[in-house]
Amino acid sequence: MVKYARIHAKIPTSGLTIALLGVFLSHAGSAAAPDTDPSTADHSKFEQLKGPFADGPSVTKACLECHTEAAKQLHKTSHWNWAFENPVTGQTLGKKNVVNNFCVATATNWPRCTSCHIGYGWKDGSFDLSSEVNVDCLVCHDTTGSYKKFPTGAGHPNYEPKKWPPKKGKIRPPPDLVKVAQGVGKPDRDNCGACHFYGGGGDGVKHGHLDSSMHNPSKSTDVHMDVEGLNFSCQTCHTPGGHEIAGSRYAPNATDDQGIYVPGRTNTGRASCSSCHGNAPHGDESNSKLNQHVDKIACVTCHVPEFARGGRKTKMWWDWSTAGRKDQHGKPLVIKDSEGYDTYNFKKGDFRWEANVVPEYRWFNGEVGYATLGAKIDDSGVVPINTINGDYGDPDSRIWPFKVMRGKQPYDTQNKVLAVPHLFGKDGDAYWKSFDWGRSIKAGLEATGQDFSGEYDFIETEYYWPITHMVAPKEEALGCDSCHSRDGRLASLKGFYMPGRDRSDWLDRIGWLAVLGTLGGVSVHGLGRLLTSRKRRKS
Amino acid sequence: MSRVFMYSRFLRLWHWLQALLIVTLLLTGFEVHGTYRVFGFEQAADYHRLAAWTLLGLWVLAWFWHITTGEWKQYIPSPVGRVLAMMRYYSLGIFRGEPHPFHKERWNRHNPLQRMAYLALHVVIGPAIWISGLIYIAYPYWGEYGLGGLSLTLIAVLHTGAAFLMLAFLVMHLYLALTTSERLFGNLKGMITGYEEEVGEETSP
Repeated sequence: MVKYARIHAKIPTSGLTIALLGVFLSHAGSAAAPDTDPSTADHSKFEQLKGPFADGPSVTKACLECHTEAAKQLHKTSHWNWAFENPVTGQTLGKKNVVNNFCVATATNWPRCTSCHIGYGWKDGSFDLSSEVNVDCLVCHDTTGSYKKFPTGAGHPNYEPKKWPPKKGKIRPPPDLVKVAQGVGKPDRDNCGACHFYGGGGDGVKHGHLDSSMHNPSKSTDVHMDVEGLNFSCQTCHTPGGHEIAGSRYAPNATDDQGIYVPGRTNTGRASCSSCHGNAPHGDESNSKLNQHVDKIACVTCHVPEFARGGRKTKMWWDWSTAGRKDQHGKPLVIKDSEGYDTYNFKKGDFRWEANVVPEYRWFNGEVGYATLGAKIDDSGVVPINTINGDYGDPDSRIWPFKVMRGKQPYDTQNKVLAVPHLFGKDGDAYWKSFDWGRSIKAGLEATGQDFSGEYDFIETEYYWPITHMVAPKEEALGCDSCHSRDGRLASLKGFYMPGRDRSDWLDRIGWLAVLGTLGGVSVHGLGRLLTSRKRRKS
Repeated sequence: MSRVFMYSRFLRLWHWLQALLIVTLLLTGFEVHGTYRVFGFEQAADYHRLAAWTLLGLWVLAWFWHITTGEWKQYIPSPVGRVLAMMRYYSLGIFRGEPHPFHKERWNRHNPLQRMAYLALHVVIGPAIWISGLIYIAYPYWGEYGLGGLSLTLIAVLHTGAAFLMLAFLVMHLYLALTTSERLFGNLKGMITGYEEEVGEETSP
């Protein structure tokens, strides 16, 4: 308790205390500094893990002999269910139920998508979510770095040497399951990153603030995860408990005003800035105005000045409508830019990639509404995949930064629903086999219990992704002018007066007219006096 | 020709410090307003706040000084006839080389128009600026003081409007103060040394 109180008092004062806090936090449960928190078990000494293991589920079976409750705990999580009941909106979300504007939907594309599921064998809609042995312990707990799920293996690694990509790729050797099993430990950035850095089908595609640069980020990329510095793991903030991880993009805590996380007093975990930094985070050396912004501005708005800052680009535009083209030789077309990023891929259409992206800003109170499978859309304009709620007058709203993913995706023009394209599979309905949108959309919609009218087109959509990672060192945070200026970052946020940005045009017109009028008046007066006095002198 | 003591030491200190602060506030204020960029918003706003508090302190002293010394009486408006005479002088007489209709003395320093202008400065423009400014500065605490329903737009417009009046006043003041004394820059010199040189014969009060 004394320790907590001391840290509480010191946090706003200096970088040194933040460093101290880092040491303290890694004590509290991170794997970033293993020597300070060694495990009480050496897994290489366990009889159960001597092997040999035929496949992943056999390893899980061995794990569960000691960790009897682990699978049951995981069965409750969205990592396992790919489903999430939003307590605020009542919507059922999760990868199983939402539509996005990347690869659109998981339904009918299971084996490809579920290479990022924490289980084994989710290859179609009939996957048994109550199976304990199908929980994949290794993908999160491997510390050897050699365990990798095969991209099309429905969550399994390859057990035989196998090429990826299928035709011209390199051979991927199977993981040594015994070595992996004996080397298990707490997850580090590489475990989480194996999926979260590569969401949307590749490095940095989806989030913009999570990509391969976060495996070992520099201080400038992420001040907390800086390998040379604080070296936080994901769990330092995303505090786990019973395999439930704090922090949710579906139901974010946009305004954590509980202050510093103290056991017994607060209960939301550390997945917010203020849970370590408090609600008056800027110290005496800072402009006192900064702490007065806390009630309106999310920390990340100033402290993540740009996303995709680690040297990787993120996908900002994905136009499915142009997919399927061939080059002049009749071969499937792929166009790469000078840095090797796909700008066109016959399987997926046109892309735009960007690095060091300035976020877009919205008022946000944590409430997000989603276009789920089968939801009716209004096709008269750009279709929002999700809607960010909040406004200036709402005390629970803050201005937040977002990556806004935009693109064009197929929809049923008669039934007015976003299509669920069946993309991946060996069957002829799969778009990546026949390149026939009609068949692909029909198969996808029907598999999710919807009718297809037979008519489709492509429609522009946008999807808001709150930016929370890649917090920059304080020297690189935004200055006042970034927003308090005529065409600053918040130029498009209306409904409130902001000094430096706003003015009454009428007052300015009248005011300057009065000032210039006075100036003109005294000039004429003075000139008149000069001329008349000269005249008098002559006469 | 004689020297007349016109401006006491405190009056001169008050005048010049106020001049410096008002110019600083106008410069930084119009930057905060977004009219141009010199210091950057943060510095401009910081300097603006610092100068504002200093000016408020100075004004407290100045009001105290005016009240306790009786100097406030120098702002009592003159009879209409004398005001009209001044207006006639500035619009006609000054071009004809007529003598100034007003004679300046230690305890009757302001001509009828100055009395009106300075009275307006002290009881209208000044308070409009500091009252709106204080409310503006207290913005983060509006909720606590039960002012949550107040419009920042309104306060900002009042504050900026008063600033335009102040700027217009400054232009007018500089022109008249610098060019209408009997000797060129006589007023300026007087405001620095405290003494003014009189030209011509002395008249009785």
